[in-house]
Amino acid sequence: MAIKIYSKYDKVKYLRKEALPTALCPGCGGGTVLNAFANALDELGIDPRDIVVVSGIGCSAWIASPYFLADTLHTTHGRAIAFATGVKVGLPDKKVVVISGDGDLASIGGNHLLHAARRNIDITVILVNNFIYGMTGGQVAPTTPFGAITTTSPYRNIEHPLQISETIAAAGASYVARWTTAHVYQLISSIKKALNVKGFSLVEVISQCPVQFGRRNKMKEPAEMLRWFLKNSVPLAKAKKMPPEELEGKFVIGEFVTRERPEFTEEINKLIEEVAERYGLGDEDAD
Amino acid sequence: MKYPFPVGRSDFIQGDEAIARAAILAGCRFYAGYPITPASEIFEAMALYMPLVDGVSIQMEDEIGSIATIIGASWAGAKAMTATSGPGFSLMQENLGYAVMTETPIVVVDVQRGGPSTGQPTLGAQGDVMQSIWGTHGDHSLIVLTPATVQEAFDMTIKAFNLAEKYRTPVVLLTDAEIAHMRERVYTPNPEDIEIIYRKLPANKEEARYPFGDIHGDMIPPMPVFGKGYRTYVTGLTHDEKGRPKTVDAEVHERLIRRIIDKLEKNKEDIVTYETFDLEDAEIAIISYGIVARSAIRAVRLLRREGIKAGLLKLNTIWPFDFDMIGNIAEQVRKIYVPEMNLGQLYHLVREGADGKAEVELIPKIGGEIHTPMDIIERIKRGV
Repeated sequence: MAIKIYSKYDKVKYLRKEALPTALCPGCGGGTVLNAFANALDELGIDPRDIVVVSGIGCSAWIASPYFLADTLHTTHGRAIAFATGVKVGLPDKKVVVISGDGDLASIGGNHLLHAARRNIDITVILVNNFIYGMTGGQVAPTTPFGAITTTSPYRNIEHPLQISETIAAAGASYVARWTTAHVYQLISSIKKALNVKGFSLVEVISQCPVQFGRRNKMKEPAEMLRWFLKNSVPLAKAKKMPPEELEGKFVIGEFVTRERPEFTEEINKLIEEVAERYGLGDEDAD
Repeated sequence: MKYPFPVGRSDFIQGDEAIARAAILAGCRFYAGYPITPASEIFEAMALYMPLVDGVSIQMEDEIGSIATIIGASWAGAKAMTATSGPGFSLMQENLGYAVMTETPIVVVDVQRGGPSTGQPTLGAQGDVMQSIWGTHGDHSLIVLTPATVQEAFDMTIKAFNLAEKYRTPVVLLTDAEIAHMRERVYTPNPEDIEIIYRKLPANKEEARYPFGDIHGDMIPPMPVFGKGYRTYVTGLTHDEKGRPKTVDAEVHERLIRRIIDKLEKNKEDIVTYETFDLEDAEIAIISYGIVARSAIRAVRLLRREGIKAGLLKLNTIWPFDFDMIGNIAEQVRKIYVPEMNLGQLYHLVREGADGKAEVELIPKIGGEIHTPMDIIERIKRGV
């Protein structure tokens, strides 16, 4: 039955059919992200056998694993980027993609995210930011808006959210963009750019969790959340001209950075060549 | 190929240096680490040597990242290692369990220092014995090796890689600050004389469909490493033979975990190694491992000179643990002594093995000093 339904989906070849239907809740933004990723690969003509997908723990990690049909490493909570670092250095010719959530990549795994951007290793991170720990029951996240209600901030959230894209752009990534699940074509275009850029790339996707976030914050319908995204999205160029207090509670969208910087795995190879030239041992034993 | 250190002859080097050289000879081409006393010299040697052998040495942002990265590299097909000490080893425990669950061959060196917490960074200890075996959560098994000399640190590093690759399992090389920083003569064999084992890879696409299936009847699935077009799915969740998550199926969980444990338990004969000194006719046995075994050998010799029939069992592998062998020794001797640089860890395993057939007494010592032979002799004489 499941296979019959999904056979109508023209990107189903990118998915593990036996894992379908997905465990994502109705109205979840995860499906949009999965679809955007599949479309980006399709448009670029990338063979899924040439990518390795790495994810951590949480609902957004499930977008990549088990649903995506490629070599897939479903890792421990927060550590996906560190695992991906080993995969990329070991297989520099493959595209290594991390798909995971805000809690996983920006809270418990925040340090790995920061340092991978600093290293500028050629990994593409698709960070699904739904402002909440969905799988564990709607706890407050480092991305939860100030004042929002969650199960561990039942009165209101008294902390301020981390601006992930701005932080990672400052940390040295080659490419950073933020969109919402209401900006699907821009999202596909940015994922394509991210996959092609040589260096660390981050695509932050503001995504709806109507079940754990919306329901407790007067937006229990997925469409209400998408309207909230559209109403409060501010293009980066416009945001630059706005005073910070006016940007409170807004989603700045667009491309934060596109730049060429030496990439980590290329630097490793350069170093090996350099060392071989200066201190080379040769192939034959001189003894 | 040529190596950036002498081979086919002896050299006078530190334990940490010996571990780095042996790892490279064993085929390790990926190292990730984070600075920590007394393991930093392993990292420094790797940083120096790796580019010369077309390998990679990376400094990660923390020890959690180090072990995560080497697991990723292992799935990319590389032989990979990290080294640390107590505080870093504590941080690695979660991902050590991930390596067990995903049957990923890696080598983790724990250079023990005094603990808990920051403790005594520069002094040796044997306080991580139980942590090396049981530090990660859940039912599991892995291999723990305990060198007593710099030469053994060298030899057992090669063995650690061979066992990791052969059994698709993480291996812990449990050494300590004394061996790490001590300089001793180490013989490095010619590379062609070293037995090197590589992981079993799938023979074909059909085999690759079962990354966690006992398809050869030896409990060790071939490892469909990434990048070959297999589209392998690897997860730390309970998974079936194809790697698919099956998190509420008791049968799948039991089948997976029992196989992971049995592939080591049922191959103890191959994995567990030990040495005996004057144990054949002994009435008193010392069971020891690591640096303390050296004092124990001397203690046995001196006790024998005085007519006391002492003997030593020196364990080179402390997990899997050969409880039956301890039981046999317990049947033969009057008493077993366990000198350890802790307040009693391996002692509990020995007591379980002895199972009341002989009295087992702990000779503990903490604070950073190794037992002298006299520490052991005096304690034994008190009981004679």
